[in-house]
Amino acid sequence: MSRPARFWLFGAGALALAAMLVLAIVDLPGFGHYPGPYGDLIEQGGESATHATDLVTAVNFDYRAYDTLGEEFILFAAVLGIAIVLRDRRGERKRAPGAPGTEGGLVRPSAALGMVGLAMVGPLVVLGIEIAVHGHLTPGGGFQGGLPLGSAVFLAFLGGEYAAMKKVAPHAAVELGEAAGAAGYALVGLGGLLFATAFFQNFIDRGEPGRLLSAGTIPLSNIAVALEVAGAFLLLWIEFSDQALLVVPDDSGDEEG
Amino acid sequence: MTALQVGALVLVAVGAPVVALVRDPLRQAFCFGVFGTALAILFFVFQAPDVALSQMVVSAVGLPVIVILALAKLREEEAEGEEE
Repeated sequence: MSRPARFWLFGAGALALAAMLVLAIVDLPGFGHYPGPYGDLIEQGGESATHATDLVTAVNFDYRAYDTLGEEFILFAAVLGIAIVLRDRRGERKRAPGAPGTEGGLVRPSAALGMVGLAMVGPLVVLGIEIAVHGHLTPGGGFQGGLPLGSAVFLAFLGGEYAAMKKVAPHAAVELGEAAGAAGYALVGLGGLLFATAFFQNFIDRGEPGRLLSAGTIPLSNIAVALEVAGAFLLLWIEFSDQALLVVPDDSGDEEG
Repeated sequence: MTALQVGALVLVAVGAPVVALVRDPLRQAFCFGVFGTALAILFFVFQAPDVALSQMVVSAVGLPVIVILALAKLREEEAEGEEE
């Protein structure tokens, strides 16, 4: 197809799409005027039912905890897929962390940048834990807290050396953390089946709303998800870093034809 | 609509085409980080702090790191290809 024809085809399509979008947006209810019943129901009865003061987390880990299990395993399966695609292949050689040439693959940070990076490790760990364990009280939760936790470990690489990070977070430990988090959340659901009546039914005393130890199983779920998310993203970054820094073509010549 | 909300909407409206139009993947990764942060601000000023937190950690930390590492690998392979 010639260039002008493509342009006109795209133009006509874009105009039609824009017209439909404008029509749809004009018909939307105004900001804050949500017409469905669920939001109002949860806003009225959510806190007294779940004893969580952050109702978004209450919805995620109580009303629809089962959906969240599915979302969690989407992340789990995606990272598993990356790990399989980036496995050690024939014709490639993985150098040992810290071997000559492995740290120079990316630009070394200046001393000041390295210091800032390393100094941020502690605060990021605290921030991650804070966001995760207060998920039922304030905005945040396992997913939002897990990523700062994972990136805190990764900063050891960005601010220092990759070999150092591999020592702090060995591959097996990261995998174990991810798996334990994913399994932990499923176990919280099974606990509902065992100690209450249904999968993901709350089976722990809900306590006083607003306290750190309240809202029953929600904080437990948040901690499990934080572990899973931290492990998943760390594993993802480690797999990509291994490829960028350690894996090189194998020139030893024992490869077949 | 408050001035903050209008500002955040404008920031996102400007940021999205910038990410799409930048040709160099490395610059694109950084632009995406900034755009993602703008999106997080948008969610925050429209009273969705939970979503804002998720958006911030994924777009400012999670994704750019992956893109940059993939680019580092590609450039290394390109450099080796030129030597041979």
